[in-house]
Amino acid sequence: MLEVRDLQAGYGEVAVLRGVDLDVAKGEIVALLGANGAGKSTLNNTLSGLCRPMAGQIRFLGEDIAGAGSDRIVSAGLIQVPEGRRVFPNLSVKENLELGSYRRGRASRNANLERIYGVFPRLKERIDQFAGTLSGGEQQMLAIGRGLMAEPELLILDEPSLGLSPLLVEEMFSLIQKLNRDGLSILLVEQNVVQSLAIAHRAFVLEHGVIALSGAAADLLNDPGLKASYLGI
Amino acid sequence: MLELSILLPAILNGLTTGAIYALIALGLTLIYGVLHIINFAHGSLLMLALYGVFFLHNLFGIDPYLALPVAAIALFGIGYGLQRFVIGHASHGKDENILLVTLGLSVVIENLALYLWRSDTRTIETPYSFEVLDFGVAFIPVPKVVAFVGALLVAGLLWLLMTRTDLGRAIRALARERQGAKLVGINVEHIFAMSFGIGCACLGIAACLLLPSFYVSPQVGHAFVLVAFTVVVLGGMGSFVGALLGGLIIGVTESLGGLFLGESLGQLGIFLIFIIVLLFRPTGLLGQRT
Repeated sequence: MLEVRDLQAGYGEVAVLRGVDLDVAKGEIVALLGANGAGKSTLNNTLSGLCRPMAGQIRFLGEDIAGAGSDRIVSAGLIQVPEGRRVFPNLSVKENLELGSYRRGRASRNANLERIYGVFPRLKERIDQFAGTLSGGEQQMLAIGRGLMAEPELLILDEPSLGLSPLLVEEMFSLIQKLNRDGLSILLVEQNVVQSLAIAHRAFVLEHGVIALSGAAADLLNDPGLKASYLGI
Repeated sequence: MLELSILLPAILNGLTTGAIYALIALGLTLIYGVLHIINFAHGSLLMLALYGVFFLHNLFGIDPYLALPVAAIALFGIGYGLQRFVIGHASHGKDENILLVTLGLSVVIENLALYLWRSDTRTIETPYSFEVLDFGVAFIPVPKVVAFVGALLVAGLLWLLMTRTDLGRAIRALARERQGAKLVGINVEHIFAMSFGIGCACLGIAACLLLPSFYVSPQVGHAFVLVAFTVVVLGGMGSFVGALLGGLIIGVTESLGGLFLGESLGQLGIFLIFIIVLLFRPTGLLGQRT
């Protein structure tokens, strides 16, 4: 459903991505791994329309979305749950979720709200609380819930385990797996290699702005090159 | 000590003026809260709106209160266009540029008004201009009562808009978390322009409520915008309830100041409050400490 071909992007004159090829098929969890500074966030932001590509193609559900505005990309159903959550701190939990369906899924807003409260009972308890007062883990739930409100075709999760306690990290990965079993396609961007590969179908390893390694998750887990590539040795 | 019979009318009068200050300040604080722009053109746009209402009345015989929807929509359109096609483009993302652009706009608009309409002070006459309502303790001119009720009504509607609609939620979301807003599909330029437009629509409404008991001249904006800035700082930058409360406090202060110090020194109290707030509570009465 997502096809990226020879994508180049960056900031100003500096190219961070130097020709990335990547694809995600319907129903998959695809892990995008890479060390800090490998270009994972730039790739995400280019896919989501926050950053304009310099060259290359991005096709999503047959539509060319390279260089489109973030509003159009959200309309198409490509939803990103960003690193650092980016919830609206001055809005209540409920309002945050409601805004998740600002551009997409508005018709079934109430039904989706109930669904998300079912997945995250904690959010229901804090329905009228300002998002800024939530704990890190709760904010992560809210960010994912907000993303789900848009009824995504493909959900990009950028470092969902960052800053969570080990127990919560475990919970987060099983949640991602559950969402996928319910039919959601997921691009999981992570530094947490072992756990990501455990739930992903396929994976790509990004290094210095190019895909250094890719394949089935199970194969990559045993690949001697992975450690080298990932650690940049 | 002064008699209550003098004090109470002064307070009531102050509240009516204060409600208009609040309305103007609401527009200013909305624009500041979302776009982080200090809109120096606010007063000039109010002046334009007053001229618009004035000419609607004198050329076409349209009552200022009936002109309210027209003025609100027209000022909304002007504000939306200014932000989307002038200020947004000229700023290149730098706040100091925005400051200069709005300042430049105000100079242009004001001098255009001076050129077109000269510096004469103009007023309109309506059948109710000199009617008064008896409140028991005081007689208050009808236009001032209408202005008070109207301003509070608009403030209430604005509050509903901000809390109960997706537009309002998007405006508040964008004020604090731009990237998050983009990722839920909020069109940033559009919502910025909507905020600016709504802030300006407040001016259109304020103009309709003001004109029956006030005047218009090319410089009329100065008096209001200076006070409106004080109200915004007093209430807390970006705070809605603060702007409303601040407006009423400033209105009463001005009125009482006039009573004790004489009409021409009435505004002294306002700036005294301004300085005290800046000294002891720089975030304002209801401002957020961050």
